[in-house]
Amino acid sequence: MKIKSKWILIGISGVFLFFMLVLPLISVIINSLKEGIGFYFHSLASPTVKSAFGVTVLAAVIAVVVNTIFGIAAAWLITRFSFKGKQILSAVIDIPFSISPVIAGLAFLMTFGRMGWAGGLIARLNEALGTNIQIVFAVPGVVLATVFVTFPFVSREIIPVLLSIGKEEEEAAALMGADGFTIFRKITFPHIRWALLYGVILCTARALGEFGAVHALSKTRGETFTLPLEIDALYLSNSSESITSAFAVSSILVLMAVAVLIIRNIAEHQAKKNEENH
Amino acid sequence: MTKQLDRAGKSQRVIPGFGLSMGITLFMLSAIILIPLASVLVYSFQLSPRDFLELITKTNVVNAFKTSLLCSLIAAFVNSVFGLILAWVLVRYEFPGKRIMDGIIELPFALPTAVAGITLSKLYSDTGVMGRFLGQFGIKAAYTKVGLTIALIFIGIPFVVRSIQPVLETLDPRYEEAAAILGAGKFHTFRKVILPELGPALLTGFGLAFARGVGEYGSVIYISGNNARNQTQVVSYVIMQKLNYVDYPGATAIALVMLFLSFLVLLLVNMVQVHQAKRTSCL
Repeated sequence: MKIKSKWILIGISGVFLFFMLVLPLISVIINSLKEGIGFYFHSLASPTVKSAFGVTVLAAVIAVVVNTIFGIAAAWLITRFSFKGKQILSAVIDIPFSISPVIAGLAFLMTFGRMGWAGGLIARLNEALGTNIQIVFAVPGVVLATVFVTFPFVSREIIPVLLSIGKEEEEAAALMGADGFTIFRKITFPHIRWALLYGVILCTARALGEFGAVHALSKTRGETFTLPLEIDALYLSNSSESITSAFAVSSILVLMAVAVLIIRNIAEHQAKKNEENH
Repeated sequence: MTKQLDRAGKSQRVIPGFGLSMGITLFMLSAIILIPLASVLVYSFQLSPRDFLELITKTNVVNAFKTSLLCSLIAAFVNSVFGLILAWVLVRYEFPGKRIMDGIIELPFALPTAVAGITLSKLYSDTGVMGRFLGQFGIKAAYTKVGLTIALIFIGIPFVVRSIQPVLETLDPRYEEAAAILGAGKFHTFRKVILPELGPALLTGFGLAFARGVGEYGSVIYISGNNARNQTQVVSYVIMQKLNYVDYPGATAIALVMLFLSFLVLLLVNMVQVHQAKRTSCL
């Protein structure tokens, strides 16, 4: 009886996951190869896709750098010191998780757009210096939106690890006269490297795939479009060939998503192993 | 006593880097999150209460809120049921392919929403595999609320599983054994012994999946069809539409209501978690 219910539940789980998650993945790959392998590579080599690829990678690299610096600083602050307002601070860090990405886009429009207070400031700066700095509807806006939506990823991964190892080792090192950088490099970093790696990977995945926030801030195909926006444009142009192209570009992002899942699995495994060794 | 407390207070600052990490954190948080969001608030407060009410009570806006809330609620409910089963299977059973199953759960986090959106839309359209299958039963998924809900189920499943899993891992199977020895049936054991323990975690997962669903954009806009008459427009779509028509007052008014809703959900989730932490620390 017990054995039977076990396999029924595993069966339900398997069927649910297959239809909800695996089938859509397979469908992307099949649809992308509909017009043959030649067309597949032809779609990937189009100038708008290449430009979108460049913008996407740029935004992702900046997002990873910014969020790694922030993530380490914030995790250090939250787990190593006690101060007033800590609860509020950690709640504020998680805001990007809980609000619609479209609102993130709106927020930057309201700040740097024509209606925003910083918009006028930048216009005057441009006039004074003779420069032509554009934030919204330009690459900097895309980068800002990407940083916004990926903001908590690194800190979220590091904080639980730092909490679980406690701060005794670092305190001992500090009392023995080690400076902050040495403490971080020799004691903290070895503990958090897998969590950091996983945070960076999640951040990259989200940055490469962000759609809603960037959609509000990017309007020029071939210049400020990212890969998801290019997919959107191809899919909505509604000829059967361009839909196949949309799936071809999507297949790249699917491969990336699968790679993320595999690396996560390995990173988690390694973290568990490390824990057992200690 | 006070002296001891004093020393304890100081020892928390033995580790260097307080000023530096506080500086970096506050500066970046303000520049990237707080100031832009404050701009939305400041702008929306410039609207008079009457204008604000008029903007958010337009028929298509109210319908969009109804659609988003209803579909997210159903999706979060479906996810709670399957999420519970998935978490149970992953924690309690050993079987081949378990590690793969555990990894796949997180796919919706890793897959770009636009990609999920177009592939689900294609799959459930009249020519797609799932669309044809459901069509045999007279169910039309693409461009209806059914399709919209399916997309939200896709997006929400990891939230429920990942909320329940850690709690289930710490739950001692001996209670269930005791219940079984005392003659409780399987269903009875589940309802009286397991469910109360998992309740807060389940509610957290439900809340997170629901909040994500209400704000979702990329994965739903292709399958929903965004038809005002069929009421398949979601709130995020209406905001984006208003932004495209440079109707900033309309967009910010809706965004404000949405921000309020998501903070409400988060607050509730937070309260549940605090309550849970208190309960477990008493035990």
